[in-house]
Amino acid sequence: MANNLLHVEDLNIEFHDHIIPETVVYDFDLDMTEGEIVGLVGESGSGKSMSALAIAGLLSRHDMRKRGKIEFGDTDVLTCPREKLRSLQGNEISMIFQEPMTSLNPVKKIGWQVEETMRIHTDKTAEERRARALEVLSHVGLEDAERVYNSYPHQLSGGMRQRVMIAAAMAITPRLLIADEPTTALDVTVQAQIVDLLKHINKKHNTSILFISHDLSLVRSLCSRVLVMKGGYVVEKGPVEEVFNHPVEEYTKKLIAAIPKVEL
Amino acid sequence: MPTVLKKIISAILTILIVSCLVFLAFSIIPGDPAVAKLGTQATPEKLAALRASMGLDKSVPERFLTWILGVLHGDFGKSYSYSMPVTSLIKDKIPLTLMLTVYSFILMIVLSVVLAVYAAWHENSLIDKILQILNQVIMSIPPFFGGILITLFFGLGLKLFTPGGYVSYHVNFGRFMGYMFFPALAIALPKSAMAFNLLYTSLVEEGKKDYARTAFSRGNKTKDVFYKHLLKNACIPVITFLGMALADMVAGSIVIEQVFGIPGLGRILLTSIQNRDYPVVEAIIVIIAVLVVVSNLLVDILYRVVDPRTRS
Repeated sequence: MANNLLHVEDLNIEFHDHIIPETVVYDFDLDMTEGEIVGLVGESGSGKSMSALAIAGLLSRHDMRKRGKIEFGDTDVLTCPREKLRSLQGNEISMIFQEPMTSLNPVKKIGWQVEETMRIHTDKTAEERRARALEVLSHVGLEDAERVYNSYPHQLSGGMRQRVMIAAAMAITPRLLIADEPTTALDVTVQAQIVDLLKHINKKHNTSILFISHDLSLVRSLCSRVLVMKGGYVVEKGPVEEVFNHPVEEYTKKLIAAIPKVEL
Repeated sequence: MPTVLKKIISAILTILIVSCLVFLAFSIIPGDPAVAKLGTQATPEKLAALRASMGLDKSVPERFLTWILGVLHGDFGKSYSYSMPVTSLIKDKIPLTLMLTVYSFILMIVLSVVLAVYAAWHENSLIDKILQILNQVIMSIPPFFGGILITLFFGLGLKLFTPGGYVSYHVNFGRFMGYMFFPALAIALPKSAMAFNLLYTSLVEEGKKDYARTAFSRGNKTKDVFYKHLLKNACIPVITFLGMALADMVAGSIVIEQVFGIPGLGRILLTSIQNRDYPVVEAIIVIIAVLVVVSNLLVDILYRVVDPRTRS
């Protein structure tokens, strides 16, 4: 039996930047074990990204209220001190974002950005960091890692940048990788490659992945379990094949019906 | 790098054109340096003789040619009123004005960066709000008035320095820098307020961008997110202002030297204008033009250094 990695219970997220508070996530529950890939699907505005950001400890705006429990190992992400949270971020929990075009710092070299987590969380020397950065860059399928290492983000394509983001997330092997729509901004062929890369990372390092997407066919090919969100609620969850073959909720049925069928 | 070469060539051309205009302007405006020197009672013969010795009897193009050739060799001619070469007259004063300018510039950068980062970090806090208000006030204080206020407050009130107690850097460099801090502050303050404003807005904007979130997701301290990630990006729109500010500060130095009794270019420029000592005035204007052009050139180069997207 695999170890429990993440336990989210009754997570509620409210915005207080208007006169009437607006709840964006209601009673979100999630348990993930070591090495598991869980899909989180739903249309935009369904609260899936908010939940993911909360799990990564990135919702710290003062006009937000979060209730519930997010336990990662023996740390409660919601209540632990910032220092403790920082020691997890980029170290045990890493995140990849939707927009590879804007998620990298435009004025810093790729190498510097890939090495960042190692500078923050390890005592590695400059040479060790460099060696590791070149290693992960080639692991994520970037040919000529040396050239990429010395490039700036604007010199790379979208697919390459997303690989760089994954490399940066994997420079220190995290226990949980949160991928927030990592393929949405990419071409279909590149999407498949990124999904393959995530599968490979999961197999090789036993890294758990929380894969957020509105693309159900990608979720089906990658995840073992899936949560369907709508309007801030988890409306359906279960093993991927079960949810796909026997959807209970009307909304899930609609989502599945919306997958384009390839006819030959 | 051919673009940099182009910039340098255009900079040299600019300086040449400015020199030409300055010389022409002083040939056209009314007023006779010989009369200014000898007084209105002088006989026409004496005036003619003096004009000849000053080289004023020759035609304008002829005089311009002699002058510009001299300038290219670093010779700005002879001062009318001091009867000595302009170069040796202003040689000791250039570093003074230059130092004051650079001092103010560094002060401006330190003040605006530290405060803008602090305010953007603690956005909407009480200190942020106080800084915003203070900023509006300081921005509207011209340097010469700021200089008077600083003399009054730091000099006469707190006795942190002796007003008018200028110490040459040849005598005591430490005390020189101590004294110069206050005029530099007077020049830097209004510019810092403007730089603060630009940088603050820019930092807040950058903080909303995706890469800032990425930086947090890697476990960066907030301080490092600001200084290592946001600051360099936020500087890009501010660089143009820095170039203009640097040029402005040269002029600001000349004014503020009067307030603080610093024997820089400012004082000699004003007396030379009164005495119609054109060679001195021309030399100082050309020097200021060179400084402005060089600071613009530096801005262009800085852009390339800071923003990799402008290279290649």
